[in-house]
Parts: sequence; C-alpha cells; structure tokens
Amino acid sequence: MLIYINNLLNYFDYTLLIVASGAAFLGTVSGALGTYAVLRRQSLMGDAISHAALPGIAIAFLLTGTKIHLLLILGAAIAGWVGTVIIMAIVRLTRIKYDSALALILSTFFGFGLVLHTLIQRTGNANQAGLDTFLFGQAATILKWDVITIGILGGIVLIIMLIFWKELKLLIFDEGFAASIGLPIRTLDVLLTSLLVIAIVIGLQAVGAVLMSAMIVAPAVAARQWTDRFSLMVILAAIFGALSGVIGTIISSTAAHIPTGPTIILCATLFVIISITLAPNRGLVWNSSRHRRNRRNIGMGSNQLFEQHQQKSD
Amino acid sequence: MQPPQTNAISVMDLTVAYHETPVLWDIDLDVPPGVLLAIVGPNGAGKTTLIKAILGLVRTASGKVLIHDKPYEVQRKIVGYVPQRGSVDWDFPTNVLDVVMMGRYGALGWIRRPSKDDRELAMNALEKVGMEKYRHRQISHLSGGQQQRVFLARALVQDSNIYLMDEPFQGVDATTERAIVAILQELRENGKTVVVVHHDLQTVTDYFDWVTLLNIRRIASGPVQDTFTSENLREAYGGRIAFMKNR
Amino acid sequence: MQVHIEILFIAIVTSSACAIPGVFLVLRRMTLMSDAISHAILPGIVIAFFFTHTLSSPLLIIAAAGTGVLTVVLVELLQKTELIKEDAAIGLTFPALFSVGVILISRYTRNVHLDMDAVLLGELAYAPLNRLTVLGIDLGPSALIVMGVILILNLVFISLFYKELKLITFDIGLAATLGFTPALIHYGLMTLVSITTVGAFDAVGSILVVALIAGPAATAYLMTDNLTRMLVLSAIIGSINAVVGYLLAYQFDVSIAGTIASVTFLAFVSVFLLVPKRGLLSISRRHLRQKWEFAQTMLVIHLLNHEGLPEAVNESEIAHLHEHLQWEPSFASKVVRYALNNRCVSQDDTQLTLTDRGRTIAEQALVQ
Repeated sequence: MLIYINNLLNYFDYTLLIVASGAAFLGTVSGALGTYAVLRRQSLMGDAISHAALPGIAIAFLLTGTKIHLLLILGAAIAGWVGTVIIMAIVRLTRIKYDSALALILSTFFGFGLVLHTLIQRTGNANQAGLDTFLFGQAATILKWDVITIGILGGIVLIIMLIFWKELKLLIFDEGFAASIGLPIRTLDVLLTSLLVIAIVIGLQAVGAVLMSAMIVAPAVAARQWTDRFSLMVILAAIFGALSGVIGTIISSTAAHIPTGPTIILCATLFVIISITLAPNRGLVWNSSRHRRNRRNIGMGSNQLFEQHQQKSD
Repeated sequence: MQPPQTNAISVMDLTVAYHETPVLWDIDLDVPPGVLLAIVGPNGAGKTTLIKAILGLVRTASGKVLIHDKPYEVQRKIVGYVPQRGSVDWDFPTNVLDVVMMGRYGALGWIRRPSKDDRELAMNALEKVGMEKYRHRQISHLSGGQQQRVFLARALVQDSNIYLMDEPFQGVDATTERAIVAILQELRENGKTVVVVHHDLQTVTDYFDWVTLLNIRRIASGPVQDTFTSENLREAYGGRIAFMKNR
Repeated sequence: MQVHIEILFIAIVTSSACAIPGVFLVLRRMTLMSDAISHAILPGIVIAFFFTHTLSSPLLIIAAAGTGVLTVVLVELLQKTELIKEDAAIGLTFPALFSVGVILISRYTRNVHLDMDAVLLGELAYAPLNRLTVLGIDLGPSALIVMGVILILNLVFISLFYKELKLITFDIGLAATLGFTPALIHYGLMTLVSITTVGAFDAVGSILVVALIAGPAATAYLMTDNLTRMLVLSAIIGSINAVVGYLLAYQFDVSIAGTIASVTFLAFVSVFLLVPKRGLLSISRRHLRQKWEFAQTMLVIHLLNHEGLPEAVNESEIAHLHEHLQWEPSFASKVVRYALNNRCVSQDDTQLTLTDRGRTIAEQALVQ
C-alpha cells in the first residue's frame, strides 16, 4: 500500500504537475468556448484558426527572433483572426460556401506558414522548433511561466465570457431578436470570435494545432448529451476538457513514447463515446430502450398511449 | 378630450435594396395606434424585410421609420418582436422559461442577470399563452404550435406598446392559431398596436381590422373593409388570385 | 534538369488529380470531408507501413484509402444518431483517428524510418529519388506513375458516371427517385477522394492536400456556372498553381508544397478580384454605375407616389428632398442634377415635376 502511494506520488513529479495543470487550464477554456462554436455549427472554426495561426507564429519569430511565448501567441492570434475574417468575407462576398472557404484558408495559410518555416530553418537558428511541434505541441517542454500565461489569458477569456453571458447566449440562439432589442451583434460576434481565437492559440505551443481543434469540439459535444441547459453545458464541457487534459497527461507519462497531445485527444474522444452511448435521455442505449418501449406501446391502443404521453409531458 | 394621436409607426419613403435589386420601393405606411394590422402580399413581396426595416435590422437606401414620432433606437423598449419560428435552432440547449426570459434582456441592460421579478413576468406570459405547464420543457421537444407560443410569450414579456410579428401562424395547429388570435385581439383591446406578417388571405377579414397590401411597393393600406378589395388584391398578386372569389 | 522536369510533372499531375474530384466536393458542400480524410488516413498508412516498410506500395495506398472511406462512414454514422451535427462529427472523427496514427508512429516506428515531417508535409523535392523499376528498367519516379494512374482513374470514373454525379450534386432527391442509388455514387466519389488524397499525401503531405483539392475547385467556381467547364478550369488552375508554385519555391529555396498552397490562395484572391462579371472589381464598378441609376429611380418613384396627393407640394420640394429620403443633402442635390440631366424630372422653381420619361422609368421599375 505504501509503495503504491509512493509510486503515485512519484508520478506527480514537478514536470508532470506543470504539464497537467497547463493541460487542465487549456481543456477548461477550450471546452467552455467550444460550446459556443459547436452550438453555432462552427465546430471546425477551431481547426481553421489553429492551422491558420502558423504563419503568424513564424512571422512573430522572424521579426523578433525570440521564442517568447506571449509574442508567438500574439502572432498566432493575429493570423488566426485574419484567417477567420477572410473566411467570413469569402462567404459574404462570393458564392463559395462556408466549408470550402474554411478548407481553403486553413490549408493555404498553413502552406504559407510552411514556406516561412523553411525560411527560418535556413537561417539555422538553433531556437527553432520542428513543425510536428506546432501540430502536436511539446507538452513536455511546458514551463511554469507558460502555465501562468495560459492561466492568465484563459482566465481573462472566461471572465469576459461570464460578463457578457446573457448577451452571447442570445447572440448564438437568436441573432435577429438580439439585434431588435439593441444588442450590437456585429461587435458581439467579433468579441466571441476573438475569445475563441485566444482560447485556441494559448494552447498551440503546448499541445498543438490538431489537439486544439479537437478540444474545441469534443468536450462540448460530450457535454451536450448530458444536459439541456446551456449554462450546465458550458460547465460540463469545461470539466470534460480539464479532465481529458489531466488524464491524458498522466497516461502519456506512464510509458515512453506516448505523445501527450494525441493522448489527450483520445481521452476527450472517449468522453464523447461514453456520452453518446450512455447519457440519459439522449444516449443511444437510452434511445434504443425507449424505441422498444414505444413498440410495445403501439399494441396498447392509441388512447392509453395518449394518456401516457400526457403524463410524461408534465 | 382626445389625447394627441401620433401614429404608432410611420414609414416614410422607405427603399430597401440588396445589391441594387430593390426589395421595397419607396414605401409610405402609417399605422395608427391600437390596430391589429396584417401585412399581406405574395412571396418575395418584401413583407419580412419591411418588418426588419422597421426594427432597424436591415440597411435602408432611403427613407425613415418613426415609432410614435421618434426613431426606433430611442423607442426600442416599447417595441416587441416575434421573428420567424424557423430562424432559430430549436435544438439549442435551453428550456421554455429561459427563452421567454430572453424577452427581459432588453429591459435588463448589460451585465445584470434576470431576477425573481423577471421570472414572475415570464411565468405570467407563459400562462397567457397556455404554456405554463411546459416551462421546464426542453425547446426541441415542443411542437410547432408550442414553439410559436413560446416566441409569443417572449414578446409579451417585453411588455411593449407595439408588436411586430413575422408569420406567427406559420405551421401551427388550429388550436394554437385560435389561441394566438385571441391573444392578439386582447392586445389590441388593451390599446396595443400589433403588426403581423400574414400568409392566409382567407382569414384576413376574420382576424384583422387593418391591412397593408404589399408587393415591393405599397399597394394599399387601411381598414380591412375598405382596403381588402378584390381590385387591390389583384394588383398585389397579379392574376394569381382566382381562388379569392367575392370576398 | 531532368529532376526539375520530373518534379514539375509530379506537381502538375498531382494537382490535376486533386482538382477534379475537388469540384464535386466544393459543389456538394463537402470540402471539409477532404480535410477529415487527409488527416484520418494516417493510422491506415502507419499500419500498412508496418507490413510493407515502404511508403509507396499499392497495398499501403489501398489500406489508407480504406481508412479514408471508413472516416466518411464514421462521420455519417455519428450524424445519423442525431446527437451530433455534421460539422461536429467531422471535427470529432479526424483528430481521433489522426491521434491514433501519431501514437502508433511514436510508439512503434522508432526503429523504422517513417519521418513524421515527411508524412505531414511531404517533400516534393525528394519525390524523383524514389523510382519505379520493373525488370531493371527505370520507368520513372514512382510518385509520377502512382499519381498518373490515380488521375486516369479519376477521369475514367467521372466520365463514366458524369450524369449520375451531376444529378447527386444538384438534386440528390431526384437522383434517388430515378433509381440511381445516390449512396453508391457518393461512396464511389469518396473512395476516389480517399485514393487521391493518399496518393498526393506522399508528395505534399496531409494538410496541403486540402489546398490542392479545395483551392482550384473554389477558384473555378468563381469563374463559371457550367459543370464541365468548371472541371476543366479546375484542373488547369491546379496545374498553373503547381507550376508557378514550383518555380517560386525553386527560386527562393523554400518548401515546394507550401509555396504551391500559397500560390493557390493568391490565385483564388486574384480571380475573386478580377474575374469579369462576378469579380469584386467589376461588381463594385457596376455598383458605382448603378448607384446613380438606382438613386434616380428612387427619386422618380418617390415623386410618382406622391403625385397629385395633397402632400405632393411638400414632398417634391427640392430643398426638403433629403429629409424625406434621409439622404445626405449633397447626395440629394447630386441625384437631382443627375435626374435633371437625364430629363427624368423638370425643375419648376423650387419644385420637381416628373417628365413623361421619368414617369415611364418609375412605372417600369414598379412593375418588374
């Protein structure tokens, strides 16, 4: 028993603690903000923003020559934001639909980032990191300061989200009504996009582009299955995100050569699978048993069925 | 003594165009207070656009809209709006009471959360539309008629003088239609002005006392008995009105 | 020199092979499926790699393409549960499969050579090194041959099922009632997209494949309404992007695939700005031209609407026009001058009156 506890404590060495808390922060923020993206059917916006951020990171690096976390985040945020704006502009001004605009921007921005990346590599700067780092992050290299940056920026994002809670909710539920009562929907839209951009770019260095796009979608989708209330959905998504972060980090630390980012994604995916099968009311198991019940009910005669329906509706 | 009567809504020389294609041409429209008005016209006549223009939701190429002689921006709080039912995602994770409470957001202003009083108001509105039993129901589990009632309750909770409704009878059952008409008429009895985008020509004379015929331009507007004539209808709908015999 | 020409050919063939099925994805609003497929084939590639130990074996292509089709099926199954919307289903599926691939690579391929960067980004520059030899005869770079076969496959499929593809693109319901089993054509197309993606993957990597699929098709869509022409244009644009991209990349010694993607974006933007009729420039020029026409029409309609009514005197007063129409005073006076020049209105002291010409314009505008 003692040995077991000792082992457990050993797992929680300093590095692991840092990485796990960073992943937990990221999961919380992206889970919460992802709820908005998923409900607006813009789940893949995270994919676009995170890939479009690459040239921003490269330019920030080329201009400053440093790897200061905050500067790279800023570069990533600007590029991700510009990418989003261009997607919106293409959809508004041309006949190209949202999906094509998104695919075009995410891939070509990424391609341009790749060009810049080869330029950086040629300068032979020892500071540069591989591209797979951008895609999957290097969770193991997260430092205390990175976690603090993530925590502060993520905290600001969440606080702004709370301040404009009811306005943002109305925006994504019923934009027309929101405008009719005088809410500045354009400004709110920009605000929400900016929050999403920040939520994504703060995690890029640590866990990478693919992970951040997954973390926008998976926790929110899992949370949706358990509740019909928006506030609870945001909270659950944040919790699922944080749990995926922590569990994924721990699992990947138990054995060699299990990269952290992808493990976190698989944890989040597992939450989704559990949720869509087991969640009450919506889950597949629940639904199939309800179908069976209904089929039995058909034999009962329509009158009884009607009464039963009435009871259920109260 | 009669109080000075200002028009509830006056639309003056309103033109709306999408990319230089006119949707509404130079509309003049006066809506006196206390009428129950139907806006009718064929598909693509600009009925929804007119409502949205009154609410300041679309850019206008010319003209202006006044609500009781003042611009909409200052009068926002006395105008309630019921958008088309199809304009929102009914799978959104929220319940009936919560949607109705959104009607209070305008009065609440920034940051403040709905209070107990707001909740009370929302409950009253739900009672009025006969939906109080469903207050905790997830909105995706509502029928079309119930969804429409919820939207109506949300507008009622705005406690406005003027209501603008976009196709409130679209896809609702007969019971709901009767219930909604009763509520609209009660609103009018209480001196409110109600403007409704309406599709069903058969029911115009039964439900409404004022009518505007629209087809990109204003064809006619006034009390139903003077305005809802076959001549005006023919002008609004072209030849497609044969079924409207002798109304 | 030979190497350059070979690379150019590989780039052109790869781009056209991607650009052609891309047209159907763009039109069917399924472009993101290519993003999903290109990521999700990774585990298929890795597992096949364990057995074949080479990245260009046909078995590997088949296994990876299978994973691609599996992704499509998975996304559709998730959607069918009605618990998850399409965009979220895509956004869930491919990161998960991609992660499986990455974990497999880092856990089991330490000793074998499967370079992560090569898988993700491809490297066109090295493609000619890998050659296909049969009985000691050098047939050329294997990437060229593989992509050439895939290109032919695409062309054959599309010309065989052109009518059916057109039908499921524009009216899937009709396709079903006519007995064309849209599902069969749909999965045929998705298999093709998967095969193409896997083939191109080797040369340009997983993410830039998306640029090759979506970019030329979207650009062509800005230029034409005709499906056949769109297919041809898409292939041509893809090839031009590839050539220009390669030349620039060679000039500046940067990533070839990355440059081709960047050129793809620039091509899209220039077409968007410059293409006749639908381009932004010609639209805004047309708008500018129409602006005065339109304002004049507003003015004559305004005058017509109030003609003969008691308020007409007030409404047609030049000095008050801008108030009625809520125009800037300077704009209002310009419009009046424009209309006077066109003899649509005549000035009578401070009043405007409609001329016959103006009345005709107003009446015509109202009738249409």
